Amino acid sequence: MRTLKFLLQKEFKQIFRDSNLLRMMFMTPIIQLIILPQAANFTIRNINIAFVDLDHSAYSQRFVNKVLSSGYFQLAGIEPSYQGAYKLIEKDKADIVVEIPKDFESKLNTEENQKLSVSVNAINGVKAAVGSGYLTNIIQDFNRNIQLDWIQPSAMNPMPEVDVVSSNWYNPTLSYYLFMVPGILVLLVTLVGGNMTAQNIVREKEIGTIEQINVTPLKKYHFILGKLIPFWILGVIVFTIGLIIARILYGIIPLGSVALLYFFVSVYLIAIMGFGLLISTYSDTPLQAHSLTFFFVQIFNMMSGLFTPIDSMPGWAKLITDIIPVSYFIEVMRMIVIKGSRFHDIIPHLIAVSIMGIVLNGWAILNYRKTT
Amino acid sequence: MNAITLEHITKTYNKGAVLAVDDVSFAVEKGEMFGIIGPDGAGKTSIFRILTTLLLADKGTATVAGYDVIKDFQKIRGIIGYMPGRFSLYQDLTVEENLNFFATVFGTSIDENYDQIKDIYVMLEPFKDRRAGKLSGGMKQKLALCCALIHKPEVLFLDEPTTGVDVVSRREFWDILKRLKAEGITILVSTSYMDEATLCDRIALMLGGKILSSDTPERVIKSYPEKLFAVKSSTMHALLKDLRANENVVQCYAAGEYIHFTLKEAGEANENILLKFLRDKHEKDLIFTETVPTVEDCFIRLLGKQDGGAGN
Repeated sequence: MRTLKFLLQKEFKQIFRDSNLLRMMFMTPIIQLIILPQAANFTIRNINIAFVDLDHSAYSQRFVNKVLSSGYFQLAGIEPSYQGAYKLIEKDKADIVVEIPKDFESKLNTEENQKLSVSVNAINGVKAAVGSGYLTNIIQDFNRNIQLDWIQPSAMNPMPEVDVVSSNWYNPTLSYYLFMVPGILVLLVTLVGGNMTAQNIVREKEIGTIEQINVTPLKKYHFILGKLIPFWILGVIVFTIGLIIARILYGIIPLGSVALLYFFVSVYLIAIMGFGLLISTYSDTPLQAHSLTFFFVQIFNMMSGLFTPIDSMPGWAKLITDIIPVSYFIEVMRMIVIKGSRFHDIIPHLIAVSIMGIVLNGWAILNYRKTT
Repeated sequence: MNAITLEHITKTYNKGAVLAVDDVSFAVEKGEMFGIIGPDGAGKTSIFRILTTLLLADKGTATVAGYDVIKDFQKIRGIIGYMPGRFSLYQDLTVEENLNFFATVFGTSIDENYDQIKDIYVMLEPFKDRRAGKLSGGMKQKLALCCALIHKPEVLFLDEPTTGVDVVSRREFWDILKRLKAEGITILVSTSYMDEATLCDRIALMLGGKILSSDTPERVIKSYPEKLFAVKSSTMHALLKDLRANENVVQCYAAGEYIHFTLKEAGEANENILLKFLRDKHEKDLIFTETVPTVEDCFIRLLGKQDGGAGN
């Protein structure tokens, strides 16, 4: 016990003397949580739209105004011909071109149907899909309005119509921050727990102090605990900072129990530190450790369900997400923060992460033994 | 009782591709200061790492203080002090913190064993609040030695302790070692400085993973079979070339301000012929004497013999 206490003392002394490490530790979460949620936003605005108005009628004017007043589109220009508008797409000034044919108004009046041509620049697939989706909605709405203009409201024959009204549960305003901020916080905790632990141990390897320690009667579990506990504490601190930022900056207050969140973080950190420990046993220099963690963190980023829903991934990809601890934590974070889930809801996640913790730490310790 | 024994220790790296230690056997008596002398890559560090239980040998057995390095490694770790060739203490901890750390790891404290390190620690004391990374080379070595001594080890392993240290600090360091030896600590030390070899009780000349010769420094020197000559002039480079061109000269090499060489066939007549040949060319200031060999000369002779043997 005395030895462990002393090891921890020494470790904290070193951590607090490493100004670089401290900066990394505390500035990274603050800056990332301030910047990333603003930038990583799927709400698409500022779609540049160009019109080719061949009709020049009251209706065409009304249509253009309606589109522009939606707030999603920015007028890139009204061109007299399709060729002119196409040039705007080529120059990347317009994302969508809407062509209003000649006799748009008159045909609407006589034949009661009319066609609009919509061309979308699909280089940015998300923008194209979302943009044309918005536009379709607006056109439908426009349709309904003209119908209202013509069909005099009569109590005699109300047209039967199915109207779908959707309501968003748990996140009624579809706030993107509520969705992203908890996820980004998970990645930060992962980085601190995994990378810092790996870096720290490998640094002892590189300086040679690990050799010095190996020739002493110091027990392996003392050494490993002496390494894990400080970073476990730092991980919890970073998580706390993250929660405070989420509250102050984004007004995110967990719906569920904060204590339950901390309980899960505690278990999760043990698993992810096992991962860091494992990496450290496979690398000899901090650079190697860094490259290895970078490789895995990339996979974690893309496959954890942070940006894209796991449910829409192919089967093999889902299998991978099953063995990534990050995906469990992100899900639990969202469940507790957004949905207010309780302990019994997250039991499966807890079990999965605990198993990973045992496997990763066990593997690391076995491998650590083998290499010394 | 022997403090250290090695029997047929062999160690290879890269799955046998690199032979680092080749069937090495020797023993160090209790209280002895034993030096392993050899150039970089001779296999010195591998032997140290095997004896300090950091590395497993492929073949052979070794004991430290009567304990087997494989079976009783835990016991060995409690009674040895190891100072690796590279400075490997915590650079971001102060002198005192480092010392305190290693004392605690060995389950003791600075106060408890202060007498053991007192002589060295007084030199470090003015810097005790300085971070280890900011110490000079000589001070780093002293701190490392302090850390290796803090738990009163029975056997001390010093792997190239004076590499990269200035002459004065080196001398100081060896004075300290002498005092430690007087206290009864067995010391195994390696060095690539030949002049330090004479300070050991016994030495082993090591090259290419093999021990070429092992004895007291005096006897190693006495065993030098040939007459060794030393020459010097103001035109050293030309002199060396002339000697190398001479058929009767076996080995010739620069040694300090002189050139040392041996003759294939010694004897006064041959010496005079050579002397005349050299006088003709470097008449002005030629100095020609027979000289007493040093450990370095012995080492170079063994080296040449090995090269020659490989050539045949």
